[in-house]
Amino acid sequence: MMRRTVATLAIASVAALMSLPSALLAQETVKIPCLCEASGAAAVSGTNLSDGAHLAIEEINAAGGILGKQIEMVNYDTQSDPQVSRALMQKAIDDGAYAVVGTVFSGSTIVNMLVSQQAGVPQFTGSEAPNITAQGNPYIFRTASSAAKGVPSLTPYFKDTLKADKVAVAWVNNEFGKGGHDVFVGEMEKAGIEIVADVSSEQGQADFAADISKIKESGAKAVFVYLNEEESARLLREAKKQGLSIPLVGEVTLTGQKVIELAGDAANGAYAHVGLTTGADVPSIREFADKFNARYNRTTDHNGIKGYIAVYAIKYLTELVGGFDREALAKKAHGLTLDVATYPGMLLTTSWDDKGELSRESFMTQVVDGKQVVIGTVPAN
Amino acid sequence: MSQFLQVLLSGLATGSIYALAAIGFTLLWQAAQTVNFAQGEFVMLPAFFVLFAIKVLSFPLWLALLFGLLLAVLLLGLLFKKIIAEPMQGNLGLPLVIATMALAILMKESTKMFFGAEAQPFPELFPADTMNVLGAIVSVQDLLNLATSLLCVVALSMFLNRTRTGRCMQATAQNPAVAEILGVNIKRMVLYTFLINAALAALASFLISPLYLAKFSNGETLGIVAFIAAIIGGFNQIRGALVGGLLIGVLDNLVATYVTAEYRAAVPLVLLIAIILWRPQGLLGTSEGRKV
Repeated sequence: MMRRTVATLAIASVAALMSLPSALLAQETVKIPCLCEASGAAAVSGTNLSDGAHLAIEEINAAGGILGKQIEMVNYDTQSDPQVSRALMQKAIDDGAYAVVGTVFSGSTIVNMLVSQQAGVPQFTGSEAPNITAQGNPYIFRTASSAAKGVPSLTPYFKDTLKADKVAVAWVNNEFGKGGHDVFVGEMEKAGIEIVADVSSEQGQADFAADISKIKESGAKAVFVYLNEEESARLLREAKKQGLSIPLVGEVTLTGQKVIELAGDAANGAYAHVGLTTGADVPSIREFADKFNARYNRTTDHNGIKGYIAVYAIKYLTELVGGFDREALAKKAHGLTLDVATYPGMLLTTSWDDKGELSRESFMTQVVDGKQVVIGTVPAN
Repeated sequence: MSQFLQVLLSGLATGSIYALAAIGFTLLWQAAQTVNFAQGEFVMLPAFFVLFAIKVLSFPLWLALLFGLLLAVLLLGLLFKKIIAEPMQGNLGLPLVIATMALAILMKESTKMFFGAEAQPFPELFPADTMNVLGAIVSVQDLLNLATSLLCVVALSMFLNRTRTGRCMQATAQNPAVAEILGVNIKRMVLYTFLINAALAALASFLISPLYLAKFSNGETLGIVAFIAAIIGGFNQIRGALVGGLLIGVLDNLVATYVTAEYRAAVPLVLLIAIILWRPQGLLGTSEGRKV
């Protein structure tokens, strides 16, 4: 009798489980894929973005997830190729993405964000090209300021600190580089500073001898460098090789950890304005940097912070909305400020405007003895 | 003047490194009548051998370079010949050409898997100082890179022309059947060619990686440039490969400085087309006929 009762209960339990709608079982997790560059030219940035995002997910899942659901993050390697990123964005959405983190490479984001927009999936990108948030896409949000916000912060530095009346600009001829270049040229015109050398290079370019030679001969008092990490390092090495002695000033990448590692001694003395840096003397960022080091046994550049705050932003916005509603999340984020006191995962108080452009405090940095040192703070604009 | 001298020197320095890789093409063409499309990867890989020796085995730089050179000669010279080139010889070279393409992919992807997709810093062999030459400030590193490459090419030429082994190698390249009748151990001579090619590739790798950084994809560009340099100079002449390499290095820098940076990558290709149209045997090459 007892045996029959147990058997009946077991059968009933299995039947009850089988009768549960599959959607209910699926609701145990929420899918937030990372469209990251694990290979190709932007591999350094993409890897850091992904690692930062996974660190945030581990913390959030350990604390109970988002509204009780555990986050599931699958990485899609775009190979730093815009067309591959577009196809993978479609795959991520077909796989049930609630929101997407990535990509870093602006050339990819400008292509793949059309897919997420059509599907109505919020996308938190690490890209910094100005035109990404100028397209009127209501589902795109930055995790770092664009060049349109960051580069103008350098104008007073060139004009008042360096007192440069002639400058050169070395930039990479891709979506990221063109955006920064155009903003910088406009800013210099407004400030009355003459651009005496405008040197473009190709992504992946290995030989910067001609570029540095042109800058040396131009009579520039300072150089604005707007290149990806590896190219920045090669340019710094070539600048040292040819004895270029004028200040090299960049936006974001030039004083990044990877550039310092690749350029070695040649990076010493370089300046850069950075929206985010693990070297900032801010307790929340120091704590993040320590956690990242402990988790991955290495340091990260600003892209690790971008990935981390992207996931936390999705969590906070979902909780503010009170459910997993993609459209409501996107509407909620526009014009919103997440105060770091209430939302510590954002690391710094962060605001998005009606286009998804981001604003927060930023930093001026310099490489001293192989380390990025914060030499000043720039208020949010 | 200062700018022109620096650009010229940088071009010559880079071009001389291209020449080392291009000479490898000509050597293998003469020895095995084949084109090694993994030559770029042959230049890419030895830098990683050195980094492995420094980071994992904790060797000092000089020992790591020696380790990298020996490993390159062993793997890219001896093993390449024994495992890939030798079994495929005697098939008009085409299977071997395809095999080298596959080998290039294998080497690239394996390097990516073991060492990662990111570029890695490579220690500088020469000081990054500048010096005054005829009133122009030029890079010491460029001068020493150029000197090392040229010294190596001169030493190779002297070896091939002034030693018995070198002349046997030339005889093997020109007519293996007659060379064998005359008592030349042609298998050994061909092996020497493969070993020299590997050593030249390793040297090119050590010279170029401090500036280009060590990266799994470096072979793509280097292989193409060296191949074009070999064709421009003359595929069957070592001095042709040298001239081709130097020409491309200098033209690339001069065009990027004085004409256009955007289209600098097109210059070697335009030159290649012009040479194929007007002097298919290359600037210093000689015409060859072959039955197919």
